[in-house]
Amino acid sequence: MANRTKVVELEHVVIRFAGDSGDGMQLTGNLFSDSTALAGNDFATFPDYPGEIRPPQGTVSGVSGFQVHFGHKPVHTTGDLCDVLVAMNPASIKANMRWLKPGTTIIFDVDSMNDKALEKAGYTSDPTQDDTLSQYKVVKAPITSMTLEALKDFGWDRKAMLKSKNMFALGIVMYLFNRDITMLNAYFNNKFKNKPEVIKANQTVVAAGYSYADTMEIFANTYRIEPANLAKGKYRDITGNVATAWGLMAAAERSGRQIFCGSYPITPATDILAELVKYKNLKVKAFQAEDEIAGICSSLGASFAGCLAVTTTSGPGLSLKSEALGLAVMTELPLVVVDVQRGGPSTGLPTKSEQSDLMQALYGRNGDAPLIVLAARSSADCFYSAYEAAKLAMEHMTPVILLTEGALGNGSEILRIPRVADLPAIVPPIAKANDPEYQPYKRDEAKLSRQWALPGTEGLRHRISGLEKANGSGNLSLDPKNHQLMVELREEKVQRVANYIPEQEIVGDPNADLLVVSWGGTYGVVLSVIEKMLEEGKSVAHAHFRHIMPLPKNTAKVLSGHKKILVCENNNGQFVNYLREKMPDFKYEQFNKIQGLPFLTAELENKFNDLLK
Amino acid sequence: MENTNLNNQVVNLTKEDFVCDQIVKWCPGCGDHAILKVLQDVFPQIGKKKEDICVVSGIGCSSRFPHYMNTYGFHSIHGRACAIATGVKLANPNLSVWIVTGDGDCTAIGGNHFIHAVRRNMDMNLLLFNNRIYGMTKGQFSPCTFRGTVTKTSPQGTYEDPFNVGELVIGAGGKFFARGVDINTKELTDICMRAQKHDGMSVIEVLQNCMIFSNGVHENITGKDVRDDMQVKCEHGKPLIFGKERNKGLRLNGNKLEVVTIGENGITEKDILVHDEKEENTGIHMMLAHMMPPAFPVAIGVIRNVEAPTYDDCLTDVIERESAKSNIKTVDDLLNSGTTWDIK
Repeated sequence: MANRTKVVELEHVVIRFAGDSGDGMQLTGNLFSDSTALAGNDFATFPDYPGEIRPPQGTVSGVSGFQVHFGHKPVHTTGDLCDVLVAMNPASIKANMRWLKPGTTIIFDVDSMNDKALEKAGYTSDPTQDDTLSQYKVVKAPITSMTLEALKDFGWDRKAMLKSKNMFALGIVMYLFNRDITMLNAYFNNKFKNKPEVIKANQTVVAAGYSYADTMEIFANTYRIEPANLAKGKYRDITGNVATAWGLMAAAERSGRQIFCGSYPITPATDILAELVKYKNLKVKAFQAEDEIAGICSSLGASFAGCLAVTTTSGPGLSLKSEALGLAVMTELPLVVVDVQRGGPSTGLPTKSEQSDLMQALYGRNGDAPLIVLAARSSADCFYSAYEAAKLAMEHMTPVILLTEGALGNGSEILRIPRVADLPAIVPPIAKANDPEYQPYKRDEAKLSRQWALPGTEGLRHRISGLEKANGSGNLSLDPKNHQLMVELREEKVQRVANYIPEQEIVGDPNADLLVVSWGGTYGVVLSVIEKMLEEGKSVAHAHFRHIMPLPKNTAKVLSGHKKILVCENNNGQFVNYLREKMPDFKYEQFNKIQGLPFLTAELENKFNDLLK
Repeated sequence: MENTNLNNQVVNLTKEDFVCDQIVKWCPGCGDHAILKVLQDVFPQIGKKKEDICVVSGIGCSSRFPHYMNTYGFHSIHGRACAIATGVKLANPNLSVWIVTGDGDCTAIGGNHFIHAVRRNMDMNLLLFNNRIYGMTKGQFSPCTFRGTVTKTSPQGTYEDPFNVGELVIGAGGKFFARGVDINTKELTDICMRAQKHDGMSVIEVLQNCMIFSNGVHENITGKDVRDDMQVKCEHGKPLIFGKERNKGLRLNGNKLEVVTIGENGITEKDILVHDEKEENTGIHMMLAHMMPPAFPVAIGVIRNVEAPTYDDCLTDVIERESAKSNIKTVDDLLNSGTTWDIK
């Protein structure tokens, strides 16, 4: 199909598909991102759906959204303000006003507009008629009626036909971005294998949407985003939660240990368990436990018995796991705890993202109970972070908490597919059968880790416990000096992990006036702003921390030589306070956004520029 | 003693193989000593190599058990033994997993893990030492303490009814429940052997005496003068007859059990209920577990022993089936499955 309007080149675009929960917006968004992949762009996606399963139809709380950020340059975030909003009803406009910017194109199903829909959305007058949307380009498309028209010969009832209206919207967007709609056929053919009529209907409606946009000339111009300059290789789209599951599975395979995951469902971490249970074919042992405590305890039992043991949770669940985490510290067994953080405290904002479990991860146990804390920085990075968490847990015989975030877990990004054999080797310190020198708490000289003696191995029978043990023999010990020694050894063991992790990197001039520090999921948005400001010649630099406990060895060096240090995080100042404790020689400014929403590039840029003045 | 393990290799093990070098620190006269000897007698006989046995416990006097057994052992945290043992068993199904716990550890703080391990029918053996008191914390009432008992935390007597462990287990879908007495070591040894043979979760309630905080709590069942009249031994296929004179029995009258005397009112041995531990219906097993003095004797022995699929076997089966039929054999295969694209 020829495209008759003017084509404008863009660097990157944010598009948000929004509709009622039943309107199929997640699928529409996914199909569009698939076509984005084939167009060779870099991209990231984020689903934004209501917490309720079947919220009231047509209301703001029932709006389901899916955002795609794609570009010619590397895409570091799922995008904030959108260039295009597809709105299937008035509530979808109302719910997304926060994400619009002057000039945003709103493609609106004008057929959804009636008094009842306006009332449900909480509008007192028609926003397309009054000045509510005066700053935006509103394209009023009769999506519902055109869909019915396109399918009139199929002999279907109205309800069945309306299921396809999302495909009409998709057709319009495919036109807007100069995409070839035939690339959708592979999906339709696969999804509706034995339903040729459904395949044909979907193709018909997408084509109708595309032709409508073309022939009615609803857009002054269309857009093209040149392919991104990505490294050669094979790519896939992956969500953070899936990447976490696969990273752990890769670590299991590389270390020769079976993976065991004991978990309890909790938003937004459940998808990791739901992913792992699929892979019985890869011998994944995933166990849905009766509660969070049983999740971690079964995993710790499996660790004792020789598995790469994992438990997945979110903040409230991590609270419940505290006591057993202490047991993992005491028994010096490997364990990976994945905390997909959400807004807290308590039940908090279950479907919104936050970075507020850092202190809990670092210190939330009785006694002096140090462990490794890592944080993933993006959806695809969850794969590598999970892999590293498993490697460190097994090689250093210690629990590791991996912090990810709801937005990373549910969001997706493209991943350049690695080969498992190319990932760093994992060599757990497994004790040899009948080793006459074996002692449960004998330690490796360099790492201070004890050996992993697996039940079933001849000549290594031993008992472990939450009680204090004598260093070496592992016998129960109440000896005062031994306790002090053991507390210090457990701390030193974790500190020595700094010898086995990469040095802290810095983007920009190591002596820049302003050093911006971030950790976890704020990586992408901070980096985007830093890159822009560096291009503008501003004296800024960026240090993003993946390793939090222990900190990289060169941390003090990275923090030195700046006029100002700003720590940006989605909590009330947890990492900045940690740095104040661990690196007290520096003065820190802090920028905290605690709204269940990511930083916007504009607000970061303003803040950075203010500090540079 | 000589026997074979599952691979039909001869394993020569004795009690001494399972005695640990650690000093046993229970109070003199504690029922736990007797139970320790029972398990040290049982383990050489179960056909497992000593490194294939794992003892898991929670917290409490009974939970010190793993330290005194020369096996792999995990003395964990309060109430969590069942959850930890579940992970051990699923990680390595070849292990014979034994959980040692008490009435406080298992039915209070660990109640949830207990009922779910039972419900799932994990192939594990659990010994619940029931002394109806918290011993290690020095004498507070537990969920198994009788109503009205004065303890450190119930100076006016408790005003709550206890769990009956048997009813709890059977109510949770338990397939194997037995009851024994700490001092009847031969009987307890037999029960443990039966538990080991049972595929699935086997719960053994051991009526155990705490010399210090609930001394004599089982005296009305285990005392020399009363034990014959206050214990009825459950043996599969045999009538439920008891009493010093072996002339008392249990009869099903309507929907209730009653105690009858053979030779009185025309009652003969034929009227006595014959124990059927294999009956799937929980009704009679529940009634047997429920019996308490003074109206009834306490049922001792294997009360329920029903075959059912175990969770660990089911998991192993699904893994074998799925890995045989799937084309995805490695994580590399998985990474390259589904929608992918090349950048050249």
